[in-house]
Amino acid sequence: MRQVFLLVRRELGAYLNTTWGWSILTFVLLIDGLLFNAFAMGGKQKYSADVLTEFFYFSSGTTMIAGILLTMRLLAEERQTGTIVILQTAPISESQVVLGKFLGAWSFLTLITALTAFMPALIFVHGKLSIGQILAGYLGLLLLGAATVAIGTFGSALARNQLLAAVLGGGMLVIMLLGWMLGQVTEPPVSEIFSYVALWDRHFQPFQEGRINTEGIVFYLSITLGFLLLATRTLQMRRWR
Amino acid sequence: MIEVTNLTRYYGERRAVDAASFSIGANEVVGFLGLNGAGKTTTLKVLAGLLPASEGSVTMDGEVLDTSSVAMRAQIGFLPEDPPLYLEMTVRDFVRFVGGLRGMSAAAIEARLPGVLDLCQLGEVTHRVIGELSHGFRKRVGIAQAIIHQPRLVILDEPISGLDPVQIVEMRKVIQGLKSDCTVLVSSHILSEISQTCDRILVLNSGRLVAQGTEQELSGLFQSTGSVDLTVRAEEAQATEALESCESVESISVLGQSDGCVELRVKMSSDAREELVSILVNAGMGVRRVDHSHDELEDIFLELTRSGADKEAS
Repeated sequence: MRQVFLLVRRELGAYLNTTWGWSILTFVLLIDGLLFNAFAMGGKQKYSADVLTEFFYFSSGTTMIAGILLTMRLLAEERQTGTIVILQTAPISESQVVLGKFLGAWSFLTLITALTAFMPALIFVHGKLSIGQILAGYLGLLLLGAATVAIGTFGSALARNQLLAAVLGGGMLVIMLLGWMLGQVTEPPVSEIFSYVALWDRHFQPFQEGRINTEGIVFYLSITLGFLLLATRTLQMRRWR
Repeated sequence: MIEVTNLTRYYGERRAVDAASFSIGANEVVGFLGLNGAGKTTTLKVLAGLLPASEGSVTMDGEVLDTSSVAMRAQIGFLPEDPPLYLEMTVRDFVRFVGGLRGMSAAAIEARLPGVLDLCQLGEVTHRVIGELSHGFRKRVGIAQAIIHQPRLVILDEPISGLDPVQIVEMRKVIQGLKSDCTVLVSSHILSEISQTCDRILVLNSGRLVAQGTEQELSGLFQSTGSVDLTVRAEEAQATEALESCESVESISVLGQSDGCVELRVKMSSDAREELVSILVNAGMGVRRVDHSHDELEDIFLELTRSGADKEAS
């Protein structure tokens, strides 16, 4: 476990010591801030709870984009620059490598997400708001972020370069997001399956409205675990070839 | 320490290493010599546990070494031709990180670090960011990451490629310094380098191990390639005529002339150095220098690779 912690620390250091990490952080805060001011706070008068719901709606989008951008370098860059040798010759398993990489990227995404807290805080100070809705919304963002980072990690494990990793990770994310559309044009029980595997629609909405649902938690944790296992398997297969 | 038996490795249909068998003892510095594409890097990668062997086996102290040997990786340090470095880290932080990743405790890393930085001559750059360092320093950081965990086997793939002459001399010292603690495998296609740093040489050609031994043993395989450089105080024609009287002389070439002396390279079918000197002295010429030809290893190498190619053709 110590080696996993070392990998997490190194990944965090890589984000904080390069312009890439700071660019993503700035991008998320800027876009979230603009959307928050233009749409959530703007327009007709709304209840504080509705403003917060819209904030989490926008934030879920930037969280997913940031998740893919943060993970594109995780393993693809190591392969591209040859530093993957350090990991391959270390006495650690592929699952430890994947876990360390995932936790590093997810920790940085969590840091970015935490920095958006001033926006709900503004609503909280100037309006009437339940702490529970804020906590549920952020729990949803963290779970959605974990699932996206896991998908991105798998994309990065498959790809030989960062651009391809972003395309693969982004592609898988879009396919999973569009599951709800397929659910609408197909008949049960297939439609039920598509609706269930849709990454955002059915599972994130309760969180943004302040409801913590067990089904959503189980879903996001399952997606996270599933894609991490796929990433681990990919690294193992590369070693055996 | 290491036993390699019938090691074969395919890339698709292409056989990169073909039934190589050899053994390496503890605290030996062994050089892998071969042209580009001879199978050196592939062999080293299999020994480092980075690639699985298609056929054959590799054992270290009786234990089978393969890509799934997680525990065995702690015993091996590997430096590929392009050093694997995180350019945004400082030298000290990077070596510490690798030590930790290879299972060392923080106290063990701190105890080992000064010695490693000293051995790799990195003292003046320990706090510098790796991305700012020259190629020579990056190579040395690469060696530091390969030895920080005190491995019993250190594998260096082309450690001197891209280095300038001063850096090559320094790298030679670093490699020699490793010998006291571990077994070292070095690959290179620079013949003089292999002969100066290694106790034993394994010659690879087209994936096959075509010869192994010390430089002297390899010379013995090809007697006809024995050649000697002479500096004789005489005219070129006079010296050449006298030397041609020796039966062992196959050919004579003039390397240069200066201050009434002529420098000659004499190729012999057998070692006849004493006879050559005797002939020259008896003919009234002064012998200023008798030396092994510096191209001897090149000759051996070319002979070995040529004979390997001939076998393939037949």
